[in-house]
Amino acid sequence: MGAIQKTDDLYRGNSYKDGMIVVPTAQFLSIWRVIGIIAILALAFIPISIILGVNYDYTLIVVALGGTLLGILSGVLGSFAVLRRQSLLGDALSHAALPGVCVAFLLFGRDIGALLIGAGISSLLGVQFIRTLTHTTRIKGDTAMGIILTTWFALGIALLAYIQAQSNASQAGLEKFIFGQAAAIRIGDVVMVAIVGAVCLVILGIFWKELKLITFDLEFAQANGYPVRFLDAILSLLVVMAVVLGLQLAGVILMVGLLIAPGVAARQWTHNMGQMLTLAGIFGGFAGGAGAVMSALDKNLPTGALIIVVATAIVLLSVCFAPERGLIWSWRKHRQDAKYFAKTQPERGA
Amino acid sequence: MTTWALEIEDLTVAYHSKPAVWDVDMTIPEGVVAAIIGPNGAGKSTLLKAALGLIPKTAGHIQFYGKPYAQARAWIGYVPQRGSVDWDFPTTALDVVRMGLYGKLGWLKRVGKGETALAMNALAQVGMADFAHRQIRQLSGGQQQRTFLARALVQDARIYFMDEPFAAVDAVTERAIVTILQALREQGKTVVVVHHDLQTVTDYFDWVTLLNVQLIANGKTADVFTPDNLRLAYGGKLAILTDAQIEGV
Repeated sequence: MGAIQKTDDLYRGNSYKDGMIVVPTAQFLSIWRVIGIIAILALAFIPISIILGVNYDYTLIVVALGGTLLGILSGVLGSFAVLRRQSLLGDALSHAALPGVCVAFLLFGRDIGALLIGAGISSLLGVQFIRTLTHTTRIKGDTAMGIILTTWFALGIALLAYIQAQSNASQAGLEKFIFGQAAAIRIGDVVMVAIVGAVCLVILGIFWKELKLITFDLEFAQANGYPVRFLDAILSLLVVMAVVLGLQLAGVILMVGLLIAPGVAARQWTHNMGQMLTLAGIFGGFAGGAGAVMSALDKNLPTGALIIVVATAIVLLSVCFAPERGLIWSWRKHRQDAKYFAKTQPERGA
Repeated sequence: MTTWALEIEDLTVAYHSKPAVWDVDMTIPEGVVAAIIGPNGAGKSTLLKAALGLIPKTAGHIQFYGKPYAQARAWIGYVPQRGSVDWDFPTTALDVVRMGLYGKLGWLKRVGKGETALAMNALAQVGMADFAHRQIRQLSGGQQQRTFLARALVQDARIYFMDEPFAAVDAVTERAIVTILQALREQGKTVVVVHHDLQTVTDYFDWVTLLNVQLIANGKTADVFTPDNLRLAYGGKLAILTDAQIEGV
């Protein structure tokens, strides 16, 4: 029996020490250490940028703080979209926000609170349409998303053109919602992001195990009588919050990148959901902060684009270098195995 | 008098006016291991899912130990089909089993040492103790199935529903699952299994429900699992199983 199991394990590439399976508890702990090192490396951006001559005046500190907070929030909440395989839904959500921004502008003018509420309502409406389409017709999920995403975005672009055609100087800056503009972030925005973000994370903490359960196995949760509709609504609302707040920074077109990339990168480093979300927060914060600072140095650089470039670089590095899942690790492991199994014969049991 | 663990009355489930399950009346007594069998497309999984409220029923009544689903929820344990989740999810076998305890734990409470001990115990029962800390992607199909079974075991339910637990598992896992089913029966629990393999029906199950959209037969294995009933359920499709083989099993 033991011999059978051992051969069975050898084929799955387990590590052995003195003939025993190495139980991965130690590894589990050391991942937290890796996460700590990554966090310190991310923070090292500040002294390095100062050495390189970046002058952190009041405006830049506000921008950097705003970018970091938004990045953390998007990274953590976006991980749920990654795990539920709903990355495209994040894209639909952010595109669907644009008409809401425009309508809110037409009704209330340049009030940031109104614009964000408009964005949120419009996003939720878009997602509700996608749900209704997939549930009541035979249109598939991705098709429904494609239809709603483009329709809402088209509507937004048309409204934007209409607003710009009116000779009113105050409409300047609405385009920033398309590609994002970190330089426009004010201290009031940062305070709002901090408060809303904290509320979102507290809600996440309160429903942590239930949200994890519905993300992993919705059917099981439903069969056990969990209020899955309520939990699903909470999760959607959290993601919508992250998207709406992030719009100013990353813009409707690129927002999905800030939502998805940190989670994808973090997934490469760990097999634990708590660790994954922590790491996604660190990656998101770094991408948001670094991207915002770089774009604020030159007003012509669109923030969204820079953030996504940083975030994608993190994904690339993670896919290459992460232990166990990374390409380099797999390649090394493959070579080690080739050597080990060339020398070693399996035990013949019974 | 028999206590019915499951009573289904006039159950119909239809998609786009095509019935998948049509006017089914069936009962399963307490303390048996029961199989729901029938050909592909007979509505076996649909019946199970409708009973558990996972898909809306078109018509009918369902009771568990004489109570409707809403009041009986805490008594029900469920083992979904293995293919229904993403096995690349960042979690371990132990953690999946602990998920079975979230319901009892209630809102706002965190998983503690007690829950972990219960989960480890359940994993040991299905022969998976050594794999507790393994990421679920790195488990074999049979081990994944046993993890799901352990998650249902920690729920300590009165009636268990299992959707094709024997699908694509090896002999070791099949044996492990059967042992668990028998242990559950000895504890007076009821187990309802959606099953495919006709060869093992008489060995594993006390009670059989034969289904082909409509109910063909429902009762003790010896009474229901007959060549005539099987022919009714499977029709001409049962070419692989001759009368002699059916009588042989």
